Amino acid sequence: MAEDNPEDEIILSELDDAELVEQMFDDLYDGMKEEIEEGVRILLDRGWPPYRVLTEALVGGMKIVGEDFRDGILFVPEVLLAAGAMKGGMAILKPLLAETGAPTIGKMVIGTVKGDIHDIGKNLVSMMMEGAGFEVIDLGINNAVEAYLAAMEAEKPDILGMSALLTTTMPYMKVVIDTMVAQGLRDDTIVLVGGAPLNEDFGRAIGADAYCRDAAVAVETAKALIARRHNRAAAG
Amino acid sequence: MLALRSQRGLDHVGLICLPAKLHNSPERIPGAVRATVARHRGHYAQIKLLYADCGTGGALAALCEELGLEMLPGAHCYAVYDGVARFAARAEMRSFFLTDFLVRQFDAFVWRPLGLDRHPELRDAYFGNYRTLVHLAQVDAPETAALAESHAARLGLAFERRLTGYGDLGVSLDGWARPDGPRSARSLGASPPR
Ligand code: B12
Repeated sequence: MAEDNPEDEIILSELDDAELVEQMFDDLYDGMKEEIEEGVRILLDRGWPPYRVLTEALVGGMKIVGEDFRDGILFVPEVLLAAGAMKGGMAILKPLLAETGAPTIGKMVIGTVKGDIHDIGKNLVSMMMEGAGFEVIDLGINNAVEAYLAAMEAEKPDILGMSALLTTTMPYMKVVIDTMVAQGLRDDTIVLVGGAPLNEDFGRAIGADAYCRDAAVAVETAKALIARRHNRAAAG
Repeated sequence: MLALRSQRGLDHVGLICLPAKLHNSPERIPGAVRATVARHRGHYAQIKLLYADCGTGGALAALCEELGLEMLPGAHCYAVYDGVARFAARAEMRSFFLTDFLVRQFDAFVWRPLGLDRHPELRDAYFGNYRTLVHLAQVDAPETAALAESHAARLGLAFERRLTGYGDLGVSLDGWARPDGPRSARSLGASPPR
């Protein structure tokens, strides 16, 4: 049986919706970009709205990848491959999402701080935030305070996200936040920070709204803080 | 470290090594250090930790405080070898650093953990933002230099070599070896070992 029907011969289009989504979780886990792209097209052909494909098939699968990375079952290369596969699927969905006016929860400007070149985690956060319905403006790596301020001025985001993976670059987040305070911009923007060497105490000490351990926490935190802000605006 | 020990005649100093692989999951370093110190504390008059912060976000410094240990200054071994102050002053964003150890163990500590043996196509996702591979050479050895240059080619980076010697590792050792003397302020930074 196994010889007659080796795994790589699964015909995606012959699976029913539930099986296909399950298979896409596996393919995402294994970083198989072409299979993910094919799965996305099949679901779209079957009449799934783009937003549903994104959340149920891609974000759902990527959550599993995130959990297994957190638990030390998957490592950086696997995460990178999975992210690449998800990116392939997103590239198909993005123009359609824009057309269909999928819900936007809020806008985020994100970037790695000055002196730091690590961007794998930041890219993952960007992608998962997009997947959750945020508009994300990614400033890339090595951002000086001026770059963050210019982007906030131009984009008026709800959230500013900063990433740092080096102990030498993480203090720079405080420089950015202090400058925001000095210019009276701090209260307008939710500040989220992340990166492996950070922790909650650090986030608090530099005056961020929250430190987020991983992309899933970033999404939950962003949603919660935006909701709280809306409630406060409604109340007051 | 072994080279420095014989060079400085520190025969009474024992050396206990933790797996270098821990660097790829820095959150596990403090726990490993704590367990190792506990195991060896009874056997030595004093224990020094030859780690810099190494991505633990201050957790190693806090542990040292708690256990009353001294450790190396700086963020990571690249800064230690180059000299912490000098490394900071250079602010080389787009340089990827390899020490002699990493040059020799490149496959085990860089290429394979990053998955590049299985997925060479990931190379640019990792190194696309870099320009130069800088070999921080502790020892002046042409074979190591040539090997480093070949790694640069594999990563698609330009190559630069800098003879650092043991930098602040030597400085810290000298300070520790002479506890009654003044803390060494002399920098051995740029002088290669003889
Ligand atoms: C992959 C990696 C690299 C890759 C980076 C490729 C890239 N394009 O990013 C390469 C090999 C190029 C590299 C280079 C260097 N690295 Co490096 N690198 C790592 C490694 C192994 C993994 C980082 C990673 O990508 N993790 C995977 C992602 C998914 O996780 P993450 O980044 O933590 O992100 C998650 C969360 O933190 C959070 N998050 C992250 N950002 C944000 C932002 C926001 C807003 C939010 C809400 C959440 C959030 O969500 C993410 C997703 O779940 C770490 C060790 C480690 N385990 O952390 C060392 C490490 C960070 N590197 C280190 C060092 C020293 C360097 C170099 C200086 C080494 C050198 N030889 O030159 C250079 C840095 C040069 C520079 N100027 O930046 C040290 C740092 C030590 C220190 N004291 O700071 C570490 C800790 C390794 C070590 N122990 O020595 N590195």
